[in-house]
Amino acid sequence: MIVGIASGKGGTGKTTVATNLALSLNGKVQLLDCDVEEPNAHLFLKPKFHGSESVGIPIPQVDEKLCTFCGKCGEICQYGAILAVKKKVLVFPELCHGCGGCSLVCPEAAISEVMREIGTVEKGVVRGVDFVHGRLHVGEPMAPPLIRAVKEKTNNQGTVIIDAPPGTSCPVIESIKGSGYVILVTEPTPFGLYDLTLAVDMVKALSIPSGVIINKADIGDRGVDQFCQRENLPVLLRIPLERRIAEAYSRGEMMVDIYPEYKEKFRSVISEVKRLIGE
Amino acid sequence: MKELVVISGKGGTGKTTIVAAFATLAQDKVMADADVDAPDLHIILDPTITRREEFRSGNLAFINKELCTECGKCRELCRFGAISEGYVVDKIDCEGCGVCYNFCPAEAIEFKEEVSGEWFISETRFGSLVHAQLGVAKENSGKLVTLVRKNAKMLAENKGKELIIVDGAPGIGCAVISSITGSDLVLIISEPTISGIHDMRRTAALAAHFKIPTAVCINKCDINLEISQNIRSYCQENNLKLVGEIPFDTVVTEAMVHRKSVIEFSQGAVSQEIERTWQNTTRLLNQSGEA
Repeated sequence: MIVGIASGKGGTGKTTVATNLALSLNGKVQLLDCDVEEPNAHLFLKPKFHGSESVGIPIPQVDEKLCTFCGKCGEICQYGAILAVKKKVLVFPELCHGCGGCSLVCPEAAISEVMREIGTVEKGVVRGVDFVHGRLHVGEPMAPPLIRAVKEKTNNQGTVIIDAPPGTSCPVIESIKGSGYVILVTEPTPFGLYDLTLAVDMVKALSIPSGVIINKADIGDRGVDQFCQRENLPVLLRIPLERRIAEAYSRGEMMVDIYPEYKEKFRSVISEVKRLIGE
Repeated sequence: MKELVVISGKGGTGKTTIVAAFATLAQDKVMADADVDAPDLHIILDPTITRREEFRSGNLAFINKELCTECGKCRELCRFGAISEGYVVDKIDCEGCGVCYNFCPAEAIEFKEEVSGEWFISETRFGSLVHAQLGVAKENSGKLVTLVRKNAKMLAENKGKELIIVDGAPGIGCAVISSITGSDLVLIISEPTISGIHDMRRTAALAAHFKIPTAVCINKCDINLEISQNIRSYCQENNLKLVGEIPFDTVVTEAMVHRKSVIEFSQGAVSQEIERTWQNTTRLLNQSGEA
């Protein structure tokens, strides 16, 4: 079973839930940190890494000896990543999505493709959990190809937990696509509620069933609870705001190590998810 | 005219809380919410929309079943796995590259412009706001961010305002890059947690990559004094100006519940420190571009 952990609003506790969940479950567990822009799960789990691989996207390389500067490459490119001007072809690597259109359309076969590294995927193990994350190089705009590379490591055995980035746009969708269930982590504040409503629309568009974990459950107002009731969204767990939890988090300590009773609570979350999707 | 962009790397460090407070303190400015997929600034600013526009970005492919011969060319060429065995284009997977459309031998593929969201110009009790909402499961947030910033700039020019305050998105990818390029000052809101400092470093590296002057504010600075000290040292070593250290206080959440900025809601320690942060930030903004 693949469970995605997403949120809409950032800083609500996705990584806290994903990492503590991973340490609580019995059997085979894999954690994929798909927040490749700001990967954090490794800071808490401190896995022993045993491999790193380069991830790139294919970008055009123009042989100007063959090029007639006809401009067809610039016409087909939807991203403004290649442009033929008089006697020169300009390539803007950061804008290229790697679709291959320019090399296909070139009548002189003057365009070949070379891999341009955008980040790395690293694998490790910690406390019985199989760990994978991606690190996008600073300055690279496009996270989705790297997220796809992280997800290619899915082992499909036991439980696979996906820690998604915040928001509701392409990187989040790339991360949770293919999940059997999505847990939306929120906080009971107006910002938390608004972003939860967006996240719920997103999982509905992807036809993935979802439930909610309310973090910092004792702050704010009743808006999130009322919304969950109205939308028939199961509230799977409430985690109170406790100074001890917050301080432990700040140091990178795991909640289940400080409050071992949370192991049982996280296991119950997964049992409930399995019951809800009839597994 | 000066443009200040507030970002954080890690989500939930307090960007929008601080931008809303700055909106209360700053005179003669236009505000922009560049977090287009999860915008929250409007919750505090309570905007009245005066102009609403569709955001059209790029095209998506559609296969005309009547013309399609199921030859398989499009499925072979598509690098995004967006075309199913039944020859239907998945709208979510389609990157809008147009390769299938250009190479379909039966000319059975249409390439149509998509509405991917909306953007707005609004009036608020603190002045004008340019904001947007990306459609559900839509692409091109970077282009929408660019559009929001462009319109904020035009509005500021028309109204003779000297300052634009931009609330950015979390992360360091396309939406954030689109928020900061060409701006005068980036303010990173960090927090003293191991993830806060890790993400602050990557965000500072991003601003340095684009050669934008950068300041740092430590929010919830008393949650972990040791990491706060590490952030201070990091700023010193990397020539980042530390403009404020705001203590943790539940008043921030209370203000949000009341749909007020912290400055409107309270005169306590948090508000005082945000005022000092604002003064320091203004000073840096005025210096930017002079050296």
